[in-house]
Amino acid sequence: MKDSLKQHFPIYSHTPNLVYLDSGASALKPQVVVDKVKEYYEQYGVNIHRGLYEASDRATTEHDNARGIVAQFINAEPEEIVFTYGTTHGLNMLATSLGQSLKKGDNIVLTTWEHHANLIPWQQIAKKTSVELRFIDIDDDYQIDLEDAKKKIDSHTKIVSFAHVSNTLGSKAPAEELIVLAKQVNAITIIDAAQSIVHLKTDVKKLDVDFLVFSGHKLYGPTGIGVLYGKKEKLALLSPVTFGGDMILDVSYEQAEWNDVPYRFEPGTPNIAGAIGLGAAVKFIESIGLQHIQKRETKLTNYLIVQLSSLPNVQIIGSSQSNKHHGVVSITIEGIHTHDIAEICNRHNVAIRVGSHCAMPLMKKLGLPGGTARFSVGMYTDKDDVDKAILALEDAIRIFS
Amino acid sequence: MDDLLYKDMILDLYKHPLNKKSLELFTTEKKSHNPTCGDLVTMQILFDDDGRVKDIGHQGEGCAISQAALSLITDKVKGLTKEQIVSISEEDMLAMLGIPISHARMKCALLGWNTLKSMMNEV
Repeated sequence: MKDSLKQHFPIYSHTPNLVYLDSGASALKPQVVVDKVKEYYEQYGVNIHRGLYEASDRATTEHDNARGIVAQFINAEPEEIVFTYGTTHGLNMLATSLGQSLKKGDNIVLTTWEHHANLIPWQQIAKKTSVELRFIDIDDDYQIDLEDAKKKIDSHTKIVSFAHVSNTLGSKAPAEELIVLAKQVNAITIIDAAQSIVHLKTDVKKLDVDFLVFSGHKLYGPTGIGVLYGKKEKLALLSPVTFGGDMILDVSYEQAEWNDVPYRFEPGTPNIAGAIGLGAAVKFIESIGLQHIQKRETKLTNYLIVQLSSLPNVQIIGSSQSNKHHGVVSITIEGIHTHDIAEICNRHNVAIRVGSHCAMPLMKKLGLPGGTARFSVGMYTDKDDVDKAILALEDAIRIFS
Repeated sequence: MDDLLYKDMILDLYKHPLNKKSLELFTTEKKSHNPTCGDLVTMQILFDDDGRVKDIGHQGEGCAISQAALSLITDKVKGLTKEQIVSISEEDMLAMLGIPISHARMKCALLGWNTLKSMMNEV
């Protein structure tokens, strides 16, 4: 029997036999999100903030509402929410802006499991400012090594930035502990919540984090929209790095005065449909219940790991404990390159992700040049999906035996 | 059931690759990378006094398609001159594989061929 949550996702009516296990790359879009985006384009698809007419007013209201919905979702204030184009954009903004005040002798602490989006922007800053990049290592169970974190974070650390959940391993970073360590040395803290936002209840006040970034499309929302959360007082100190219309209060030929936070960080016409669609996505998640989703996903991930482990020559690249996998399970199969695994999975309509998952340094460190085959789940994933994926893998193993 | 893509020949070359070795003496070498799937190859080629390929070796990691293609192309060029190697077309490479190659797998199928082509600019 079809799982009831699948009925909210129109892709399953279009492609009923789809086995989608690549939610970590992008979550499927529910009908309500598609409808909301369509509503904007059909009914009030004009610019925001400036138009003194009905449609613009409606668009502005809907855009503001979306900011409020997202703020509430992570327990922030609306003015602490900056709309970006995605996680990568948010991290680049932070690196470029915060990087301006760094100097030789300072260090930036990341982890060895960072996605390229939370590595390359910092590498660029490090090159310009000669600051040192440090990487907190992982332990034998693929978890963040807190003892190593204590060594890496020192009085010269200015920024600590890390992925809350590894997109490759599924492991969760001990965010609270890392933030406490960073605060002891007055370092700025940044969480890359791209993978975690959809699986874990995120409370920025409880985390006490300075900045947190995520993308809309991994949260059942549209692509091209993301969020940069910043504590009010931290955002106020951040200098804008992109400039143009709507981000100013007063302009002369010589200079400009910045608009209030968060608008000073949103120059130009934003992704209005994207923001409104993201608001709809968050409302949808809340209507299903994040806790309910989490319970389902935990059970399913456990089932997935048990089934995967029963296959010959399969190695799980991640914790041996299933509840330490947050929506993501990576494997390798001895004697079969990951690209061939994906090819054969696709024959069975099983969509997975293989390769380095934009975490090339981690793959090199783990000695996996071909990367891993990654299975990632969403609220719609059910046992049937897992069973079909296992059949596909059995086929791959048979072909290569 | 006969598999169109993973034909016995392809799987056999994947499990038992030809010319997968490193040369002690070589004319030139080239490292190539296919970041979409992490395929990595180092190719080494040795020309004799007559300008013909005396020996060729490749090493690295890759999927069945890229590994089979590497075996085929390295075997094909033995005894050939630089000009003859340059004249091997993309179509020739795909014909050697003799399997339907999707857009996504094209980089795998042509990794060895591309590497060899760029090496020819250096000899």
